[in-house]
Amino acid sequence: MPANNRKAEAYLAEDAADPAISARGLVRKFGDFIAVNHVSFTVKRGEIFGFLGPNGSGKTTVIKMLTGLLPLSGGEAMVEGLNVRTDAERVRERIGYMSQNFSLYPDLTVTENLTFYGRIYGLGPERLKKRMDDIIQMNGLAPYLNRLAAQLSGGWKQRLALGCAMLHEPKLLFLDEPTAGIDPVARRQLWDLLFDLSGHGITFFVTTHYMDEAERCSHVAYIYFAKLIADGTPNSLRELPDVTPAGTIRVEMTTPEVTRALKIARQIPGIRSATIFGQSIHALIEEHLDLDDLRAQLQEQGIVVAEIRPLAPSLEDVFVELTYKNQANGAQETEANRA
Amino acid sequence: MRDMFRGFRAVFYKETLHVRRDFGTLFFSLIIPLLQMLLLGYGIDTNIRQINTVVFNADGRQESRELLDRLKNSDTFHVIRYVNSDQQMNNMIIAGKAHVGIKIPVDYSDKLLHHMSAQVLVLIDGSDSSVAGQAINVTTSIGLDESLRRALVNNETFAVDMRPKLLFNPDSRSPNFFLPGLTAILLLNVTTFLTAFSIVREKERGTLEQLFVTPVRPMGLLLGKLLPYLGIGFFELCMILTFMRFAFRVPMHGNVILLAFLSLPYIFVSLSLGILISSKANSQSEAMQLAFLTILPSIFFSGYIFPLETMPRFFYALSYFVPARYFIDITRGVILRGATIVHLWPDAVALFTMGTVLLAIAARRFQNKVIMA
Repeated sequence: MPANNRKAEAYLAEDAADPAISARGLVRKFGDFIAVNHVSFTVKRGEIFGFLGPNGSGKTTVIKMLTGLLPLSGGEAMVEGLNVRTDAERVRERIGYMSQNFSLYPDLTVTENLTFYGRIYGLGPERLKKRMDDIIQMNGLAPYLNRLAAQLSGGWKQRLALGCAMLHEPKLLFLDEPTAGIDPVARRQLWDLLFDLSGHGITFFVTTHYMDEAERCSHVAYIYFAKLIADGTPNSLRELPDVTPAGTIRVEMTTPEVTRALKIARQIPGIRSATIFGQSIHALIEEHLDLDDLRAQLQEQGIVVAEIRPLAPSLEDVFVELTYKNQANGAQETEANRA
Repeated sequence: MRDMFRGFRAVFYKETLHVRRDFGTLFFSLIIPLLQMLLLGYGIDTNIRQINTVVFNADGRQESRELLDRLKNSDTFHVIRYVNSDQQMNNMIIAGKAHVGIKIPVDYSDKLLHHMSAQVLVLIDGSDSSVAGQAINVTTSIGLDESLRRALVNNETFAVDMRPKLLFNPDSRSPNFFLPGLTAILLLNVTTFLTAFSIVREKERGTLEQLFVTPVRPMGLLLGKLLPYLGIGFFELCMILTFMRFAFRVPMHGNVILLAFLSLPYIFVSLSLGILISSKANSQSEAMQLAFLTILPSIFFSGYIFPLETMPRFFYALSYFVPARYFIDITRGVILRGATIVHLWPDAVALFTMGTVLLAIAARRFQNKVIMA
């Protein structure tokens, strides 16, 4: 595929700039099952790199490969300038990792959890003390130092886990669904903290399900059934031709009767797709359709449209479109294979 | 070399915290073996005494009563009923109320007076082989003794006087024999379970995966986990020994310090076994099943219950791979026979080797397989 070649060349060029992660053609097989299929991307220093995809699409597998937990079946990965294949040990010294379930010891106190992880990374007593003070200050953990980790709320557990992963001052942190099961306030606070840290030059590789979190990332990659199908800044993804094909535009129609309006809108020729978004409908329509005309057509059917205006696609639109397109491609491929 | 054990001190620190925090569980896991010991120590008595016996004395004269007295005084028989017919005697045995029936015929005294051979019928319930064996031994030897005394009328001495003497356990007390072996089984129980659980728990919580993303090395992790439990296992051993010595009055013929010292390689083996189990099991219940699997051979193929010498060759060969075999040899050796390091060092070497091999296998499995999980 020429597009992939062009991408690969771009990665090579960026390599010179010493990225935090450079993954080229990553493959991971479990028996016959291909969990990760030729995935390539680059994470620049200081970036918040959002890694998205449905469950079971290979997100966690990629993290495990990059952290040296899983050997690569194919491809190359450089993390913090070290080859994961040959230098996994040193890679682990330089990175931090926070898993979905936070991996704390519930029967140890906050201080004890921090002390343990600090010692695991070989921090001497003085450095450990200083780092613990820094982390406690940064995370606001001071009031809970002698509390057992089991007794902390989800948000505080997550802060403690992040602290544990940062004691040894890694320049690169892997966060595997850090906000799963956390209340919105704690979620917001965590992201504020991540922005703050990334401002100090720390790189984050974050997997998430939440689209609003994806919008906050400085770079987003989308993996779908083992393949990387999108990779770029949120804005560049919105402008992808696949998302808004030539001759079409996206519009937002505000109406009090969204459910009925959706049914009717889908019947109108020239409307390619439509979905409900709160009190409005997002639709992909053909360019030649006149917006006033469209409004009139809906009105004829008894739908009052308060407002109708062009709209930039959201990241959710982007991923939904790309997923559909890939499903179609996948179907064609299997057809071709059968023939 | 130092790098190989990386993370050891951190894990050790954390593990001692776990132990301190979860003191309740630990307390119970240490107290239960002592209770088991109490039950088994008082419950098991393999010396056969006071077998329920039914007597049909058809003769009833002085000679017959003398014979019965001698049988009763052997401590082997406990006469529960005197009956008046063969039928009644048979019924008692079939009903399981008595295991031995002794019938003295009506002409017993007459035959003796006429220097003829007098017969005594002894019916033995063969459904328990050890009871039957003991009953046969005692009745025939009393019969033999009685015959000889009557044959040698003038207080002549016996031509051959066999005098067996039991060494090391002169009273043939069961606890003396059983408890040193039981020590090995109980110790194995506690230590294998504790270590297996401590690692499987980390698997369940996901912290093990977290540890593998840190620079900790498998050997550092495993030894850090193992050492606190080595201390606990050793403490448990001391409690068991104290209990054995003072509650059951098992005499200590050898050096107790030597025994404590030689227990270390054994505890090391059972801890390594626990770690090996945890490399396979993914949940605590799975670990429990696997641990039970290791305990059965330790009970049956270690010489704890069945003597190794009487085993079929295959099982005898199998016993060389059962750590408890070596430790039972050590405990019985030191406690009952007063054996010293000169006699026991091969056992210790065997145990230490097994422990090292098991731990190395476990470390390798952790390096390769658990990481993939």
